[in-house]
Amino acid sequence: MKNIIAVMMFVGLPSTAMAGGADDPLLYKVMIDKLELRNTSGSNALVLDADAWIGYDLDKFWIKTDVERVNGNTEEAEVQFLYSRAIAPFWDFQAGWRHDIKPKPTRDYLALGFKGLSPYQFEVDAGLFIGESGQVNVRLNAEYEYLLTQKWILSPEIEVNAFSEDDAQLGIGSGLSDMELGLRLRYEVRREFAPYIGVNWARKFGQTADFAKAGGEDSSDVQIMAGLRIWF
Amino acid sequence: MNDNNRPKYKGSVMLTRRRFVQGLAMGGAFAGMGLGSGSVLAAALKQQGPQTLRGTDFNLTIGQQAVNFTGTPRIGTTVNGSLPAPTLRWREGDIVTLRVTNLLPETSSIHWHGIILPSAMDGVPGIANGFTGIKPGETFTYQFPVTQSGTYWYHSHSGFQEQTGLYGPIIIDPRDPDPFTYDRDYVVMLSDWTDEDPTDVYAKLKKLSHYYNFNERTHQELMEDLKEKGLTATWNDRKMWSQMRMSQRDFSDVTGQTYTFLTNGQTPADGWTGLFRKGEKVRLRFINGSAMTFFDVRIPGLKMTVVAADGQNIEPVTVDEFRMGVAETYDVIVEPKDDQAYTIFAQDIARSGFARGTLTPDIALTAAVPEIDPVPNLEHGDMGMNMMGGSGHDMGSMNGGQHQMPSGTVMPGMDHSQHQMGSGQMMPGMKNEEQQMPAGGMMPGMDHSQHDMSGGNMMSGMGQDQHQMMADGRMEIKTLKSNPSDFTAGPVNHAPTEYGPQVDMRSEDPQYRLDDPGVGLRNNGRRVLTYSDLRNLRTTYDHRDPDRELELHLTGNMGRYMWSINGVKHSDAEPLRWRLGERIRITFVNDTMMNHPMHLHGMWSDLETGDNNYLPRKHTVIVQPGARISYRVTVDAEGGWAYHCHLLYHMLGMFRTVIVS
Repeated sequence: MKNIIAVMMFVGLPSTAMAGGADDPLLYKVMIDKLELRNTSGSNALVLDADAWIGYDLDKFWIKTDVERVNGNTEEAEVQFLYSRAIAPFWDFQAGWRHDIKPKPTRDYLALGFKGLSPYQFEVDAGLFIGESGQVNVRLNAEYEYLLTQKWILSPEIEVNAFSEDDAQLGIGSGLSDMELGLRLRYEVRREFAPYIGVNWARKFGQTADFAKAGGEDSSDVQIMAGLRIWF
Repeated sequence: MNDNNRPKYKGSVMLTRRRFVQGLAMGGAFAGMGLGSGSVLAAALKQQGPQTLRGTDFNLTIGQQAVNFTGTPRIGTTVNGSLPAPTLRWREGDIVTLRVTNLLPETSSIHWHGIILPSAMDGVPGIANGFTGIKPGETFTYQFPVTQSGTYWYHSHSGFQEQTGLYGPIIIDPRDPDPFTYDRDYVVMLSDWTDEDPTDVYAKLKKLSHYYNFNERTHQELMEDLKEKGLTATWNDRKMWSQMRMSQRDFSDVTGQTYTFLTNGQTPADGWTGLFRKGEKVRLRFINGSAMTFFDVRIPGLKMTVVAADGQNIEPVTVDEFRMGVAETYDVIVEPKDDQAYTIFAQDIARSGFARGTLTPDIALTAAVPEIDPVPNLEHGDMGMNMMGGSGHDMGSMNGGQHQMPSGTVMPGMDHSQHQMGSGQMMPGMKNEEQQMPAGGMMPGMDHSQHDMSGGNMMSGMGQDQHQMMADGRMEIKTLKSNPSDFTAGPVNHAPTEYGPQVDMRSEDPQYRLDDPGVGLRNNGRRVLTYSDLRNLRTTYDHRDPDRELELHLTGNMGRYMWSINGVKHSDAEPLRWRLGERIRITFVNDTMMNHPMHLHGMWSDLETGDNNYLPRKHTVIVQPGARISYRVTVDAEGGWAYHCHLLYHMLGMFRTVIVS
């Protein structure tokens, strides 16, 4: 995780440069969407879900990362390096490399995806990941922001994963593998800084659920969490 | 929750809070700056700046100085140590010489807004003939004859210096007296100040375009709507906006959340004060010198007689309120009959704050400050949809002449039943990016074949016109309709360059809305000035019919915070080339949901407001969201000219160079 943050910081280094009133300055944004403590059955997890971009209106370089640490051990860590090109008013096409550091063994994927805002204002990130072995992972993430007030924001979120093949080493079964439903309530102290609380329901399906059960894990879990959303 | 829905103006009228303008003398609470001759009272007061500089010879020094409008010291950009810059008072017929010295560490410039002068004196670096800006430490001498009279202003045309304070009033006394009388003469310059670095403001807008919008629709309002209108109507009302990914509260990109709105450099807490004696006529020269803020101005208790728009005398019209686009000026006459104070109340278009001043017979007297109006919602017409289907705007109030239909013209929207919408239904004619998305099909029934210019009788109104699409998306209409200023809009044609990630909306049926006071001012119970009220006091200077017509579409992507004309930003666009001596008609179509104040340098914009014999001359014209508007330009000024949206953070892209030769 340190490495990932270091990479993000490195990317963040070229600061906002404004060349004499140019309309399209080189900018960067670092978004720590979730930095949260989750209370799960018996153990506590620390989750980081963050991304960063640097670039221009239509062309950007993105880094996305997802890390989960349970009881001091990094159980999941994923990082993506993507080139992002605006292809429609509300959509960017993104392509690059996804590297899963944890769990072991590591996995590498070619990443392709669409990120943007769908009609009815859902933030959507839809990815297609093609692994070395021919493994294909389809991931859909969608999030909505409901304004209770100008500063209290209720945000439901769904993420679904499906795989083309079994990967017994990682406990992944083919087909629909897992789904997470989250609901977070944040208070924007300012736009860039918002503490939140929330609840998460995670469920594994099919062969993936069987792998989990075999490993002594539950296939379904409800967690409560508290965290921070920070960007700059 | 109330607080959040109607955010209070930051430090609004907490008169107890001590504010100061360090090292600046800006009007002061005591500064009844009597500019007119007979201002005895004002003369008796200690005259605190902003200086009025008179004559034909001026030395102006651009510098930086500590200012404090919010309780936090900041560095402002000043002229002769003043923010706003000193008032320049010229005389029509004089030749003025202005030596401008730049003490900033970066290139600067001064543009004389609305002044007719040679291109080389216009002060836009890289565009005005031979002018590359005033380098640090250098002095540039402007010299030009003053050929007009009225109220104007000047400001920097470099970087974001205008936001940090480089703007000031210009008053030109007429050679022949104005056709109205007054006893006092005050400048009321409205502006917006932020403690933030404007570069950061721009970056924030690029990262989160609604960063400063704290008037979005929320849960509470949804509940109220559900209660009042029921589920179906509420859904229909909101459906389209949500589907289009547009906010009904997108009025102003930068709001009172960061801005402190100033009147002659005074915060709302301090308030600028102008003195009068009961029964006197007071001329107020309103100038909107903001970077980004439209103001709605009124003086509760007083009728205002508007006598000039953009410095040019108009047939007087008496109103309760008027909207000022950025860079517009209006001169009004008020006649306070009572020995009481009156508040000059200028709320911003986003209803996030206000600028305040006081007219009073006694400096000890102030008047109540009105509540900020409720936050309105954008309507379908603001999205470029025909409002005749009943969106609440009363088209029936249009002047009869504006509905003239040349034979064969099909009124759009009458021909198409699908454009006659009940409140809130999705407009099938509304183009949406999904149509180009391979995924497609998300908005069924959006076949646009009926808009194909080649088919059907929709073209009949445009007769033999030949539409020629230029390489950069400009559309030129070579032949004109027999009556070039009929206000039947006709079908709209979007250039291929308007399709892409840089444009998030295209008006499908933009209407002329000259009598529409605009969002937030409709049916508010007050008599609000509209462009259809503007009628030149003199007959139109150039009676020729336009030789050709140019249609320009104002485009953008709010979410990506990109702005352009015809989908092409300035840096990618070819200059517009106009022929010296020609008379052209320019029609703007606003393909965004924001008001854009479009400013043409060097030449007047003769705004078509209904009577071609009395076209008012403007330098800055508001193009309402989803609307059309037309004006005529006599191309009588050789050289390079800037042509742009005067919203500071839009103009980088929504800009064209005009070359007249």
